[in-house]
Amino acid sequence: MKRLIALVALALAAPVFAQEEQSTAPYAYRQLDDPAQETKAQDLMETLRCLQCQGQSIADSDAPIAGSMRSLVRERIKAGETPEQIRAWLIERYGDYVSYAPQLTGLTWPLFAVPGVLLLIAFLLLRRRFSAKGAGQ
Amino acid sequence: MSDLPAKAPRWAIWLPLALFLGFVALVIVGLYRPADRNVASALVGKSMPQFDLPAALPGRPGLDSKVLANGKPHLVNVFASWCIPCRVEAPQLGALAKAGVPIEGISVRDTTENLQGFLQTNGDPFQRIGADDDGKVQLALGSSGVPETYVVDGKGTIVYQHIGEIRPEHLGVLLEKLKEAGE
Repeated sequence: MKRLIALVALALAAPVFAQEEQSTAPYAYRQLDDPAQETKAQDLMETLRCLQCQGQSIADSDAPIAGSMRSLVRERIKAGETPEQIRAWLIERYGDYVSYAPQLTGLTWPLFAVPGVLLLIAFLLLRRRFSAKGAGQ
Repeated sequence: MSDLPAKAPRWAIWLPLALFLGFVALVIVGLYRPADRNVASALVGKSMPQFDLPAALPGRPGLDSKVLANGKPHLVNVFASWCIPCRVEAPQLGALAKAGVPIEGISVRDTTENLQGFLQTNGDPFQRIGADDDGKVQLALGSSGVPETYVVDGKGTIVYQHIGEIRPEHLGVLLEKLKEAGE
């Protein structure tokens, strides 16, 4: 019986050995001591993409690389960098894809411009239609 | 109804529908096009970030980014013992090392014992191995996973990034890039 239990225990332990990926990133799972800084870091982490599990933010992800990224964010916030500086540093390396907050660039400006243009067109069309009616009566 | 002052041509009534269908076509193309999930480093064409990694193994030098600018092209391989595709690419790295290519390793989130075991099983093509235990240098390189391989020219500029394991069919491109980097 004892042997059986030992065998079962061994079988259960195997996956633990299979996933040895050790990180010494200090702030992967530790919050900053200063709550204001931690809030800043948390807000930024929620808008950064985990590069391994690409639908998640690094705040949501348990992937080891997300842990490294969280630690990087917290350490830099602690060192006094602003969230936007850190975002820019990451974008410099991974491109806009790493950020969930849309950046205004040469490629994305139509996304920002089109709603305004459509509103303007709608306004002009409606004004013409209403003033035409007014003239007809 | 028809006495509106603005006389639009008759075909204009189809314009919104055409626009809508065009939009649907765009969405369908976007949905069914095979997506490239690789996140390429934006540092290709720029110089290697500065770093100085401690030795991952006793008796083997760590990796200082300065040695990458020693006038000769290098391969920098980002790998780990826990990474399965890294085993797949080991024979190819071995072949490159045999061909005289200097290969520098960055071992990500690893331990000395695991690393030793990995190199014993899969061969050891590395001149230097730096231990990137917290993954900072991996992030500084714009690397989004392991394995990744960078071709760095003699001035320390990243000229090419290979994402994923190096399979035999990739050797040609890598050797070509190394040759270009050496010119």
